[in-house]
Amino acid sequence: MRFYEYESKQLLARHGIVLPQGSKVAHTPAEARAIAQEIAGPTVLKSQVLSGGRMKAGGVLFADTAEEAEAACAKILELEINGHKPRGVLVEGRQPIAQEYYLGVTWDGIAKQPIMIFSDMGGIDIEEVAETHPEHIGRKHFSTLIPFSDHKAKELVASVGITGSDLNRITRFVAPLARIFAKYGLTLAEINPLVRLENGLFVAVDAHVDMEAEAAGEHKELLAELGIGEDETRQARPPTPFEIEGKRINEVDHRGVAGNVTEFKGSLGLIIGAGGGSLTLFDAVKKHGGDPANYCEIGGNPSVSKVCNLTKLILSKPGVEKVAVMMNVVSNTRVDLVARGVIKGVIESGMDPAEKIAIFRIPGSWEGDGFTILKKYGVEFCDRSVSMYEAAGRAVAKMRSV
Amino acid sequence: MALFIEVQVAPELANDEANAKQLEEVCPVDVFSSKSGGALEIVDANVDECTLCELCLAVGKPGQVKIVKLYEDGGGALERTA
Ligand code: SF4
Repeated sequence: MRFYEYESKQLLARHGIVLPQGSKVAHTPAEARAIAQEIAGPTVLKSQVLSGGRMKAGGVLFADTAEEAEAACAKILELEINGHKPRGVLVEGRQPIAQEYYLGVTWDGIAKQPIMIFSDMGGIDIEEVAETHPEHIGRKHFSTLIPFSDHKAKELVASVGITGSDLNRITRFVAPLARIFAKYGLTLAEINPLVRLENGLFVAVDAHVDMEAEAAGEHKELLAELGIGEDETRQARPPTPFEIEGKRINEVDHRGVAGNVTEFKGSLGLIIGAGGGSLTLFDAVKKHGGDPANYCEIGGNPSVSKVCNLTKLILSKPGVEKVAVMMNVVSNTRVDLVARGVIKGVIESGMDPAEKIAIFRIPGSWEGDGFTILKKYGVEFCDRSVSMYEAAGRAVAKMRSV
Repeated sequence: MALFIEVQVAPELANDEANAKQLEEVCPVDVFSSKSGGALEIVDANVDECTLCELCLAVGKPGQVKIVKLYEDGGGALERTA
């Protein structure tokens, strides 16, 4: 569940994180004017949408006077960004910036612990910094059971060479962010940029918070206080027609799960699943340099027709060259039924299963029948002696040979 | 058209109203449909959904219902022998 910037900031402010002056949401140009009058100085006005690319789209404007702020607000409220109308306009004071930093917490699935990341190169994509300037990034894992200490925060910030009063001041942002992450079941808590102003003070200029969907029930009170309705799913973007069709395929047949799809631009369709297996497999495909066309979890013994229709949907997407069908070892999903569904879907799409299925790696119940089916149709398959990582590698290698 | 499974029902069983009804009731994936006149219909769209549960084999006499796995070379038919 993604929070709007103003909600993220409200949450951070409750835990002592310093925000720019003002930092209030206007729903009308007159409200923006009043906030700017209170700030009594230059302001920045930001569209409140659950989408990136605000700056490029014209959703962030600057104003020197309250009148200018009113006009900027009117412009932003009219602006649709990536299909999203703004929920409001955040009005904040603007002061000269000396340096930008990055501070974020997310979950490290491999270490099975949260990881705190800090960089003295903020304001830009942290992944880009990791690639081009790895020495400017500090990382620290921590336990959700033991409070994140100031000492640990200092170690992290100092690891990129920051000392003195800057070190002390940044520490006041690090430890609370780690605690917020753990307390509210977040999947991401990010301040980018964290800014040192010319007067030496630090403020969180932009913030981004994502809460685990399952944690929403536990934090109803907080969500209500922030004005987040119980019916709000808060997806980052509206579902595409491809994703809507996937959902429809899943919903018309109650048997199992197949069709919970997220669309990407790649060429390898993925039918993956089994507990954490789907995420592991998706990551493995990426690690091998693969280009997924979708993320689609299956499980719970979907019917043959459900898998068939899903396969047809994935293959109908322009640019998709092959599908990889991979799961962890399964006891609650029958291998033979999935094999039937996938092969049927390929054949009904007018294609050759041997050619279109890059790899089939589902070991588990009824695998004997499943493997017999796959053999008959010339599909490459493997059993549990081939790891999920290796199977993903084989699928990616097949794509390269296309 | 079914690719993986073939269902064979002996004509005398297919034309028996009570047995046809029973087949319709036991199959978890609606492979069988009993028409109002009593005759049995095999629902082609559902045949590949067959879970090989063998419940239908218990209806009628041994050998009257056969489930053939089309993916197994030279056999793979399920039928009741006694
Ligand atoms: S074996 Fe089970 S699923 Fe298959 S046709 Fe018979 S009753 Fe239906």
